[in-house]
Amino acid sequence: MKASMTFINDYVNIKDIDPKTFSDEMTMSGTKVEGYENLGAEINNVVVGKILSVEKHPDADKLVVCMVDVGNETIQIVTGAPNVFEGALVPVALHKSNLPGGVKITKGKLRGVESCGMFCSHEELGMNLSDYEGACEDGVIIFKEDIAPGTDVKEALSLDENIIEFEITPNRADCYSVLGIAREAAVTFGRPFNLKKPKTTGNSEKASDYASIEVEDTVLCPRYAARIVKNVKIGPSPKWLRDRLKGCGIRSINNVVDITNFLLVEYGQPMHAFDLSYLEDSKIVVRRAKDGEKITTLDGIERNLDSSMLVIADSKKPVAVAGVMGGENSEIKEDTKTLLFECANFDGASVRVTAKKLGLRTEASAHYEKGLDPYMIEDAVNRACELIEELGAGEVVGGIIDVNNAPADNRKITFNPAEINAFLGCEIDKEFMVKTLTDLEFKFDGDKVIPPTYRADVEAMADLAEEVARFYGYNNIPTTLLRGESKPGGRNAKQLAKAKIKNALVALGMYEINTYSFISPKMFDLIRLPETDEKRNVVKILNPLGEENSVMRTTLIGSMMDILTNNKNHRNADAKLFEMGNIYIPTTPDELPIEKEKVAIGMYGNVDFYDIKGAVDDLADVIGLSGLRYEAAVDNPSFHPGRCAKITVGGEMLGFIGEIHPEVAKNYGFTERAYVAELDFETILANMNSEKTYKEMPKFPAVTRDIAVIMDEKTPVADMEDVIKGVCKNLLEELTLFDVYKGNQIEEGKKSVAYSLTLRSSEGTLADEQITAMMDKIVKMLGEKLGATLR
Amino acid sequence: MKEMLAKIRETAALEISAINIDSEEAKTLLEDARVKYLGKKGELTSVLRGMGGLSPEMRPVIGQVSNEVREFIEKAIEEKKNLIAERESALRLEKEVIDVTMPGKRNTSGRLHPLTQVLTEIEDIFIGLGFEIAEGPEVELDYYNFEALNIPKNHPARDTQDTFYINDNIVLRTQTSPMQIRVMEKTAPPIRIIAPGRVYRSDAVDATHSPLFHQIEGLVIDKGVTMADLKGSLELFAKKLYGEDAVIRFRPHHFPFTEPSAEVDICCFSCGGKGCRLCKGEGWIEILGAGMVHPKVLETCGVDPKEYSGFAFGLGLERIVMRRFDINDMRLLYENDLRFLKQF
Repeated sequence: MKASMTFINDYVNIKDIDPKTFSDEMTMSGTKVEGYENLGAEINNVVVGKILSVEKHPDADKLVVCMVDVGNETIQIVTGAPNVFEGALVPVALHKSNLPGGVKITKGKLRGVESCGMFCSHEELGMNLSDYEGACEDGVIIFKEDIAPGTDVKEALSLDENIIEFEITPNRADCYSVLGIAREAAVTFGRPFNLKKPKTTGNSEKASDYASIEVEDTVLCPRYAARIVKNVKIGPSPKWLRDRLKGCGIRSINNVVDITNFLLVEYGQPMHAFDLSYLEDSKIVVRRAKDGEKITTLDGIERNLDSSMLVIADSKKPVAVAGVMGGENSEIKEDTKTLLFECANFDGASVRVTAKKLGLRTEASAHYEKGLDPYMIEDAVNRACELIEELGAGEVVGGIIDVNNAPADNRKITFNPAEINAFLGCEIDKEFMVKTLTDLEFKFDGDKVIPPTYRADVEAMADLAEEVARFYGYNNIPTTLLRGESKPGGRNAKQLAKAKIKNALVALGMYEINTYSFISPKMFDLIRLPETDEKRNVVKILNPLGEENSVMRTTLIGSMMDILTNNKNHRNADAKLFEMGNIYIPTTPDELPIEKEKVAIGMYGNVDFYDIKGAVDDLADVIGLSGLRYEAAVDNPSFHPGRCAKITVGGEMLGFIGEIHPEVAKNYGFTERAYVAELDFETILANMNSEKTYKEMPKFPAVTRDIAVIMDEKTPVADMEDVIKGVCKNLLEELTLFDVYKGNQIEEGKKSVAYSLTLRSSEGTLADEQITAMMDKIVKMLGEKLGATLR
Repeated sequence: MKEMLAKIRETAALEISAINIDSEEAKTLLEDARVKYLGKKGELTSVLRGMGGLSPEMRPVIGQVSNEVREFIEKAIEEKKNLIAERESALRLEKEVIDVTMPGKRNTSGRLHPLTQVLTEIEDIFIGLGFEIAEGPEVELDYYNFEALNIPKNHPARDTQDTFYINDNIVLRTQTSPMQIRVMEKTAPPIRIIAPGRVYRSDAVDATHSPLFHQIEGLVIDKGVTMADLKGSLELFAKKLYGEDAVIRFRPHHFPFTEPSAEVDICCFSCGGKGCRLCKGEGWIEILGAGMVHPKVLETCGVDPKEYSGFAFGLGLERIVMRRFDINDMRLLYENDLRFLKQF
């Protein structure tokens, strides 16, 4: 919220404090200042001038030539303003003056006649028409007051105002008002807070003879008070009132509306003025709306109401949406004779829900939803009536109609300075605590403290501690290190494994990426998932930013393809990327989805299937994950049917690896081959063995033998490996595929496969015969099992 | 015979020293000289063959002289050999000169994402202070994300966090603070944890906003934990992260789940507090929110506020990363362009 320092100064003397110091100190005592500005900061060398004569311009019909007394001299100014006259006081931008928006004024000639400056309109001074009574829609400002020529216009128009913008936290509804801020300022700067209790007795009549109030729902409306003003004279507001509203960024409308707006900023209490003559039976009924009921609000829009909403009605129809906005049907007009001032307290949550449902957040609803003090009602409505009298805007009728069902405020909090000090880790004097709380209008009752009614946020010792601490100064609280039982701390096995995987992938040349957890449901089409695929069963966001971020992902493949494509489009020739992130699998509507962490790897450039497979194998090796099995997978729709493998470990599904299906690549606009793997982190974790044991270096020599066979080209080499391993058992130290050949000299439909075997025994040197026997057995078994023949 | 030996010594010395070590046949010439003087049919040998005709008195004398000559020649040859070897070695090294300014052969190591790099650093600081790392769901119950944190339904405090809803009771967590509740429900004090993770807010994407970002929550619960401890712990953290001369300040603020609450600012490292573009003229940059755990929150989790107290804090990872690396647009962190990723 915004307020001028002048406004705050009405309640606490801060005249001698500059805006920076004021802002800094307020921020450090808990009323955060977002910023401050001076309204007239850009205005320079503009003064009040008195027009001594007005004569026609010799060469222009629409211009006049004026002689103007600007204090120390008389100058000539040519103007086109239609509203100037002899004797008028006007703002004059002198030669070499500055106006808002970087405008500079210098003397010059207008149609041949010298003009030593310019008369200013409200717009040229950065003001609204409503900010000053003398402002004119299509002319210059004519001052209403008798001001000496030469006076700085910033003084004359109250433009030399420092406007402070405060951030008001939801717990401090009381600070959503100038009084609340002034109260904080008084304690911050140790100065008296000057608030006069408003007193308006009114005439000898009784308000209750004019109108009656009935509150049906006392939960949503704990208090409803009203006063009556008769012989209302709607008119413009005086300058002091306009100035204060201007500082808060509120436009002046007329005296009565301005008074309600003033109360909103001064007390933080929304008010509404009804034209009593439009209230059927002069009756106010506070009730829930009927389903299907309608009201046209002050902004001219018809609103549909329902029974969750509280309305103010007369005996027949709703006349306002409680705490949100008044109705057009009972609004005050130029000819209003008698008005009813509403000053009420409504349930914050209810106002909030109603305003949200109607899509109508107003200043009033913003105040109500923070939760207002029902005990300020009387002062607020009296203050409004006091202003009516002060402004001569009507005759206040005696008495208040007050339906008060507000629960009693019985808060009493034990005040124990030692406890507060122990909690803060300080040694603050009891006297300081008592003084601070007293200045904040807390009352003491023995060892109990009673917070003021407007401080509903204060409930317990911790709250008192905060009040004391923020004025003691957070920065004066000492800094100590944690004591007590110390724990070892650290990462658990899962977190360590995750770090290990990431570091291993980085060592393998991959860059880690971070992508959004929400995706477009269209991504499933891009990666060619059939309509029935279980991955299409997703957690949906009710209020997404857009369709592209509307569902929680069930696979990382789509995001990986996005990033590969982005990189390709940015002309990065090669990419090796990985991501570790969650997928989200829906359960029942009442339960949280299952979040599973996945490892995605993606590559393109100078790589093929065996690069990404090698990366997975290297990763497995580094993290102690052994026994990966790859099986050709022809039916994963996202992958090339001939270049995809399902990976299992210990019989558990680990994931898929392969070349992205050309159609998928095309869907992404990706113009080359991409390779992607997606592995399940939990499965890795369950199967990895990070414990390492030293194995003795071999004592006996190894023997190397090569074997090349011809077999069916569709037989996976893994089958041949299985045979070799089965025969050699633990004598096989290493098995390396060194050639696969199809073509010349090899029969159609067959391939030649060659392996190199390294054999070693830990018990002795292997004998030639033993090896030969083993090799013969391998050939025999390959023949029997795979139909392979020695090449 | 003495004269003959002296002559051999002289001519051999001359011949060996005359060999030009730069010439290609230097090695051959030296070998030839060795054969000529010391070989089986060499000059020295043939002189010694005539020893038989000497008097017994003279034999040892001549024998001694001839040994001296042999040793002299051997030494001369050895020295020459070394010279040749040295010369050869020098020549080889000369031939092997390479251009050391040519580029090295690089290992193609990748990099961790900048968010991970800084997160790991922050985790390590707190691990050093005895903290454990807690993790929890990103799709979270409204209860944990709001209600248990003292933010009831229809409370205006919900306005400060625009929430993605899955249904009335399930949200994408808007903060890592629900981890405070989950940890306290499961673990008896003393508690020292940090909980990093993804959080979600319905903010449109721009240079400083992302609907998804990372927070790091901290929670300490024990007997006698004070606000001074909170200040001390966070000051230590700031000094570890930003350097020993980092200056922080605590400013009163409001969070529904802490009381007293504070925002913590760090003195602008760019201008030293004078005010500049980076700190928007304020001299201070907000880095985290913190406070003493609200007694209501403790009670909700079954922790007796009369016995235990604690503090909590939360910081935004992206902002720290962006300031650390001078990144001016948050979107870069999620675009994952290699030209960006390779810089960290």
